[in-house]
Amino acid sequence: MSFRILIVDDSKLARMAVAKTLNAVHPDWSRVEAANADEAMAKIKEGGVDLAVLDFNMPGRDGLELAAELKALNPGMPLAVISANHQIEVVERAKAVGATFLSKPLTEQALRDFLDVAVKNLKATAA
Amino acid sequence: MSELLNELELDALTEMVNIGVNRAAASLREMVGEQVHLSVPKVSLVGRDHAIATLSASESVNLVGVHQVFNGDITGRALLIFPDTKSLELVRAVAGGELSLEEIIELEHEALAEVGNIVLNGCLATMANMLQRNLKMSLPEILRGEPATFFNLAPPPDAGEVVMFLYINFAIRNRDIRGYIAMLMDIPSLAALKVLLGEFIERTAGGDASSHESA
Repeated sequence: MSFRILIVDDSKLARMAVAKTLNAVHPDWSRVEAANADEAMAKIKEGGVDLAVLDFNMPGRDGLELAAELKALNPGMPLAVISANHQIEVVERAKAVGATFLSKPLTEQALRDFLDVAVKNLKATAA
Repeated sequence: MSELLNELELDALTEMVNIGVNRAAASLREMVGEQVHLSVPKVSLVGRDHAIATLSASESVNLVGVHQVFNGDITGRALLIFPDTKSLELVRAVAGGELSLEEIIELEHEALAEVGNIVLNGCLATMANMLQRNLKMSLPEILRGEPATFFNLAPPPDAGEVVMFLYINFAIRNRDIRGYIAMLMDIPSLAALKVLLGEFIERTAGGDASSHESA
């Protein structure tokens, strides 16, 4: 089963890094990219996005604010917030909005673990 | 100056520093016991005069800085600079609120060196690891002065020296502590950094994962 993932990060290199890791895990998935929260909301409104990985520290609205907006639109959408800033307040806010916290730089194993759970949840919702 | 690195190389450098500073903030959070808020870092490559002018335009004359020299495949200096008036606040945040003013003043040097060490080492070690190179770092040194002081350290910089100027606001709630991080490198080091960044980009994003969106 193939899904469509949204990658949001103000760094192009960081988006490329996520894309490369994603390609290693799920080469058949399609992806859309956005450089900030506004662009991300526009892509979401175009439809078809199943899940998203969001950078935390971005100009404008940060990844946790964006995560809350995405959850308000679609509570079932699996979300991961990625940051090197693993301060307990950030990790707990991620948990509170229902997003998974992943450390930057992203490892293939961490992304794989997040995607495994996400796929399980998406399939359960679809069934 | 910015043409020394192309857009993707500068992006990679910014992201690397971003990861380093964010990790350092997490360490700093452990020291001060409350959340350290960070702005999105802005990285630019400028000449020394430009760096001095930027700092002079937005800050008072009296600044305090922590300085470390790094060398290896790339050589340069890293500086953490903030307004002098915030220095004791930062010490109080690190050392705890129970201390007398005398004790805080006594601890200032040590506390600043420790904070500088954590923030600068966080950045430099993250860069070194991501570039897969070893960087040696000197012990932190405290400096005080006006903006020009920090960019004219002995031995005198050669004319071609470039400043990688990173502005980041780090705030500890109710304390309004903010700071700048600057790295000074000469042109040969910047050329070496460009090569290492190219390799890093290839490792991180190379292969078939171009950033083109798939349908």
